[in-house]
Amino acid sequence: MPRDFTPKVVTANHLLDGDVIYQTADDRWSRHHAEAELITDEAHATIRLLDAERQVDTVVGAYLADARPGTHGPEPVHFREVFRTRGPSNYAHGKQVEL
Amino acid sequence: MYRYNEFDRDFLAERNRQFRAQVERRIDGSLTEEEFKPLRLMNGLYLQLHAYMLRVAIPYGTLNSAQMRQLAYLAERWDKGYGHFTTRQNIQYNWPRLSDVPDMLDALAEVGLHAIQTSGNTIRNVTADHFAGAAADEVADPRPVAELIRQWSTDHPEFQFMPRKFKFAITGAPNDRAVTAAHDIGLRIVERGGEIGYTVLVGGGLGRTPMIGKVLAEFIPAEDLLPYLEATVAVWNAIGRRDNKFKARIKILVHEVGLDALRAEVEEEFTLRKPLYAGGRDVALLEEIAGHFAPPEFETTPTETYDAAYASDPVFRSWADTNLAPHRADGYAIVTVSLKKQGDTPGDATADQMRVMADLAERYAHDELRISHEQNVILPHVHKRHLPAIHAALKAAGLATANIGLVSDIIACPGMDYCALATARSIPVAQQIATRFDELKLEHEIGPLKIKISGCINACGHHHVGHIGILGLDRAGVENYQITLGGDGTEDAVIGTRTGPGFAYDEIVGAVETILKTYLSLREDPSETFLQTCRRLGIAPFKAALYPEAKTRAA
Ligand code: HEM
Ligand code: SF4
Repeated sequence: MPRDFTPKVVTANHLLDGDVIYQTADDRWSRHHAEAELITDEAHATIRLLDAERQVDTVVGAYLADARPGTHGPEPVHFREVFRTRGPSNYAHGKQVEL
Repeated sequence: MYRYNEFDRDFLAERNRQFRAQVERRIDGSLTEEEFKPLRLMNGLYLQLHAYMLRVAIPYGTLNSAQMRQLAYLAERWDKGYGHFTTRQNIQYNWPRLSDVPDMLDALAEVGLHAIQTSGNTIRNVTADHFAGAAADEVADPRPVAELIRQWSTDHPEFQFMPRKFKFAITGAPNDRAVTAAHDIGLRIVERGGEIGYTVLVGGGLGRTPMIGKVLAEFIPAEDLLPYLEATVAVWNAIGRRDNKFKARIKILVHEVGLDALRAEVEEEFTLRKPLYAGGRDVALLEEIAGHFAPPEFETTPTETYDAAYASDPVFRSWADTNLAPHRADGYAIVTVSLKKQGDTPGDATADQMRVMADLAERYAHDELRISHEQNVILPHVHKRHLPAIHAALKAAGLATANIGLVSDIIACPGMDYCALATARSIPVAQQIATRFDELKLEHEIGPLKIKISGCINACGHHHVGHIGILGLDRAGVENYQITLGGDGTEDAVIGTRTGPGFAYDEIVGAVETILKTYLSLREDPSETFLQTCRRLGIAPFKAALYPEAKTRAA
């Protein structure tokens, strides 16, 4: 039996500054994970990833990352994705101070 | 110091012009990322977790004060005010914007620096002992040969499409500070009956299949060196594996074919190639290059100011005892400036700190600086009478930490705080270990110790050759740290032995503490180092201390 599809968000890095970005349901790119579109259907996920990959002048390296619903919107599951929502742990740089 | 000639300068300017146009075409969307990625990597530009990263090469780790000031300028103008010095003797900027990178490269070119990563399956930048040309134990300065190899291998038509990349390292001293045994070819300059020659090691490397290099030839005289190296690379290029990228390095060939069989092939190839070098042009070129690396004029003046400070100032004395190394010239010392202040990020320096080091080099140290693979900065030629002033200036800049070679002088790769390939963090582990032993006031009690941390199996932090090696992994979605003990990156190189199951992020500092307290209780006397105790007793007592539950279960 194929494994159940776990919810995903489409994430990438922004072309100009490399910052982590998330695809929203209304086709914007947000710097906030909580604003991402939480995708629960596998076929839809494939389409949304293709949508992202077509935008070669904005995004780099789009991929699907596991996520789950949270109080303010989708939350990351894996620790790598948690770090991507914050920035490095050795300095107060990146999203943790810029958002 | 070696200076780039007109040809190199024009080449750099042209490369920068091309890359500026490529960046513009990427930003306006006419180049896709697939098209652009190989171009940016060739120019040292990576995309990491949170931002771009620009990696600037520092050949043989050698810099002058103007170059160091320019690195500071880049950090301030286009980054967040600091730079990260790495084990590959380069500096990384973690926050450049894509559109600024062409300006950064032009600024680097003004001082003869570049970010050309010589990527691809070619012969990479040759690394050398960071004490080259200064160390008291040196047979000869290894940098001229490193430069000769660079010139011979750059654009060498036979070696542009090899099975994989190929790395050389060279040491001119019997105490190997260049980790030559962990490179595809390691060279050690030796003297035999008054003649200078080279011991050639082959097949070392870390990464996913760690191996220690083996001696391919004990003594190759200078006039045979290039044909011999060419023969070795050619044999591998012809019969090395191209079917699997993880089996393509020469270390796998040594493993599969055997050292003796490889040596026989290399010797046969060597006799074919040697006549092509009959004119001796390579030896003449080596002599010419050596002229560029001529040592500065050393002064012979008294060292009283040093002797007085050493006798009267305990803070200075402690720093001098750990951070100075013997220099070949009387009255001189090699200063290692620690970028490992406890709790700070290993290898990071702020723009202000870079300027302080540049000023000190210019004023007191023949305008020379080095970057070590251990992520510290070195003033290679310092007359001892200047040391009290240098120490005072370093102290004011937060750069006078007296910990070289001790528990807090940790190598750590960027790990998951920056690196897109990482499976776990390494920087905060290093910060916490250093802070912990500083609080315990055990650093000097423990003595010489090399802890090395990598955030994935690529082993950028050299963990296999750390006395204590730490490898961060992702185990079912949580960070997990494997420990190896007894590794050694010197002339007696050894790959460390794994202790057993890994430790969670919040357990790893405690595990290191357990290991070191076990060592303190087991050493024969304070002169027995951690590595010596490890060699004498093996890892069993450390395992027993780390995994007490395993023992009770077995009992
Ligand atoms: C953050 C961006 C980095 C990336 C993407 C990266 C990637 C890699 C990869 C893929 C390898 C394995 C290559 C192979 O074995 O074929 C490697 C090896 C290596 N890297 Fe990095 N690295 C990064 C940063 C660093 C830093 C900061 C250092 C120095 C502190 C470093 C030092 C090394 C060394 C010494 C090796 C060779 C290990 C060996 O002997 O096999 N790297 N790197
Ligand atoms: S060892 Fe892994 S995590 Fe560390 S810098 Fe290299 S590739 Fe990145």
